[in-house]
Amino acid sequence: MSATSRPETVAMLTKMTREMRATILSMITQAGSGHPGGSLSAIDFIAALFFTRLKHDPKNPSWADRDRFILSKGHAVPALYVTLAKRGYFDESQLMTLRQLGSPLQGHPVNRFMVACEAPTGSLGQGLSVAQGIALAAKLDKKSYSTFCLMGDGEIQEGQVWEAAMSASKFALDNLVAIVDWNGGQIDGSITEVMPSLEPVVAKFQAFGWDVKEIDGHNFDAILDAIAWADERGGKPKCIVARTVKGKGVSFVEHPTKYHGAALTKDELAKAHAELKEAK
Amino acid sequence: MSGQTTVKPIATRQAFGEALAAVGVEHNEVVVLDADLSKSTKSELFAKKCPDRFIQMGIAEQNMLGVAAGLALSGKVPFACSFACFIAGRFETIKISVAYAGARVRVVGTHAGVGIGEDGYSQMGLEDVGLMRTLPEMVVLQPCDDVETAAMVRWLVTDCTQPAYLRLTRQNLRRLHADGWTWTPGKLDVLREGTDVAIIASGGPVMNAMDAAEALAKEGKSVAVANLSSIKPLDRAGIEALAKKVKVIVTVEDHNVIGGIGSAVAEVVAETGGARVHRHGVLDVFGESGTPESLYEKHRLDAKGIAEVVREQLAR
Ligand SMILES: Cc1ncc(C[n+]2csc(CCOP(=O)(O)OP(=O)(O)O)c2C)c(N)n1
Repeated sequence: MSATSRPETVAMLTKMTREMRATILSMITQAGSGHPGGSLSAIDFIAALFFTRLKHDPKNPSWADRDRFILSKGHAVPALYVTLAKRGYFDESQLMTLRQLGSPLQGHPVNRFMVACEAPTGSLGQGLSVAQGIALAAKLDKKSYSTFCLMGDGEIQEGQVWEAAMSASKFALDNLVAIVDWNGGQIDGSITEVMPSLEPVVAKFQAFGWDVKEIDGHNFDAILDAIAWADERGGKPKCIVARTVKGKGVSFVEHPTKYHGAALTKDELAKAHAELKEAK
Repeated sequence: MSGQTTVKPIATRQAFGEALAAVGVEHNEVVVLDADLSKSTKSELFAKKCPDRFIQMGIAEQNMLGVAAGLALSGKVPFACSFACFIAGRFETIKISVAYAGARVRVVGTHAGVGIGEDGYSQMGLEDVGLMRTLPEMVVLQPCDDVETAAMVRWLVTDCTQPAYLRLTRQNLRRLHADGWTWTPGKLDVLREGTDVAIIASGGPVMNAMDAAEALAKEGKSVAVANLSSIKPLDRAGIEALAKKVKVIVTVEDHNVIGGIGSAVAEVVAETGGARVHRHGVLDVFGESGTPESLYEKHRLDAKGIAEVVREQLAR
C-alpha cells in the first residue's frame, strides 16, 4: 500500500467502501435482522484502518505482535466482517451466513469463533477496558503494536467507558487509540434527545487526560491524517472523534434512528444498491 | 387443549408495556426508567401515555438502577427496564442499592434466554434468574402469557412491598390462561394434572411443555404441567406435593440449568424427598446466533424436544 499516493489511496478506499456498503446491506437483509445505520457510519474508518494502517496477518490472526482492533459497538459487526473478508481472513462467500445457526459470523463479534474480533462485544461499554488491557500488556512486554477501539456515541454513555478513560491516561497508554463514531443517533432518539449532556465530548476526553482530534469521519483525507496523528507517541492515549452520519451512503437510510436495528426489505435493498452504484 | 384460547399470541414484553401503560395512568407514584431500549422493552407504551413520568437514562444501566433505588426510597414505584442480560450485568448495584436498601424497585429484564435468536449470546439473559434469586427479599417473577403478565404488573404496582425482578420474553407466547383466571402470588400454577411425570416449566417454554404433554398423553403417559411463575417466593408445599405424586419431575426453562428454576426445584426436592428431578434448559453452554426456532430446536426447548427429554427420563 505504501507505494501508492494519497489521492490513489483515497480513490481506492472510496470505491471499495461503496461496494462494502452494498455488501453490508445485503448481509443484513439476507439475515433478516441486524444494524445498518451504525455499520454504514463506521465502515469508512474501519476500512481505512485495515487497508492502510494495521500491521496484521490474515493467515495468522493470532500473531503476537499484530496491531489490534476492537469493535466495541459490536452491533456494527457487518462492517467488520466485510472488512475482514476483503482483507483475506475468510472467504467472502461466508458473509451471507451472518447470524445463521453455526456460522462464525455471529450477530455480535465473538473472538472464540473469529480470532480477529479480538474480544466478544455487543454489551456496550466494555471494549475500551479490554483494549486498555491489551495496550498495557504491550507496555509490559515492550512490544510496539497499537490497539484501536471503536465506540458509538450512544455507547460512551456507559460509565465503564469513563473509568477506562481515566485509567488509560494514568498508565500513559500512548499506544491506545479510541475512536468515537459520533453519528448522532442511538435507539430511542438522537443523542441530543436522549443525552444532550454528552457534549462537549472533546473537552470530556481532554479532561480525562487524552489527546483528542475531531474529524469528518467520512473524509478519507481526514481519516488518514488522524490515523497518522494517532501514531505519534506523546505519552497520552489518543481519541479520534469522528463526526459521521448514521446510515451514510444511502439517502433513505441516513437517519439517527430509523435504520438502527431494522434490515432493509428486498425492495429497499435494490433501491440502495442502485443508489450506491450511481454514487461517485 | 385445556385453558387454551384463540387470542393472538403476544410477547410478555408487549403485555408488560400495555399493562404498565394501563395501570400507570391510574397510579401517579409509578415512574418508568429505561436505558435506550424503550422500543424493545415496550416501556415506550407507558412513555406515550405518561411522558412526564418516563425517565430516559441513556445507555447507562448501572446508573439507571441506582436512580430507580433513590426514587423508590422517596416514595415512587419505579420500573427500571432493559434487556435481562444487561440487568444481570449490574448485579451488584441491584444487590446493594436495590435489595439491601429495601428499595421497592421493579427491575424488568426483557429478551430472556436463547429465544431472542439472531442477536446472539451477548444479548441473551441466561443467568439472571440465578443471580436475582440469591438476593434476600427479592421477588422473582416470570410469566408465561399475557394474562399472567398483566396480573403481575398490577400486583407489583398495588401490593408488592419488596424489590422485585420481572423476566420477560422477546418472542410471542400463546395464551394459556382462560378468562376469569386469577393469579395467586407465590403459588405454583398447575396447568394440567398427571401422575407419571410432572413438567415444571417457566416463561417462554411453558406453552411448548403443554404441547409436549398433549403428545405424550396420546402415547398413554399421564403428564402434569406446572407453570412456575413465582420463582421467589417459591411454593415449597406445591412442589413437595407434586414430588410425592409423580416418579419424575422434569424442569424446563430458557435459562442456564445452573441457578434457574431447575435448581430452585431441585433444592426443595432434595430437602423434602419424593420424585427424581431432571433439570432441562440451556445445559451450561453459551448461547449463539440463529433463528429463535432453530435455537429452541437445538436446545430441545420446543414441544418435540421437551417430549423427547421426558420420554428419556421416564425410560431411565
Ligand atoms: C450494555 C448495553 N445496553 C444496551 C444495549 C442495546 N443497544 C444496542 S445498540 C444500542 C444503541 C447504540 O448507540 P450507538 O453506540 O450510538 O451506536 P450506533 O448509533 O453507532 O449504532 C443499544 C442501546 C447494548 N447492546 N448494550
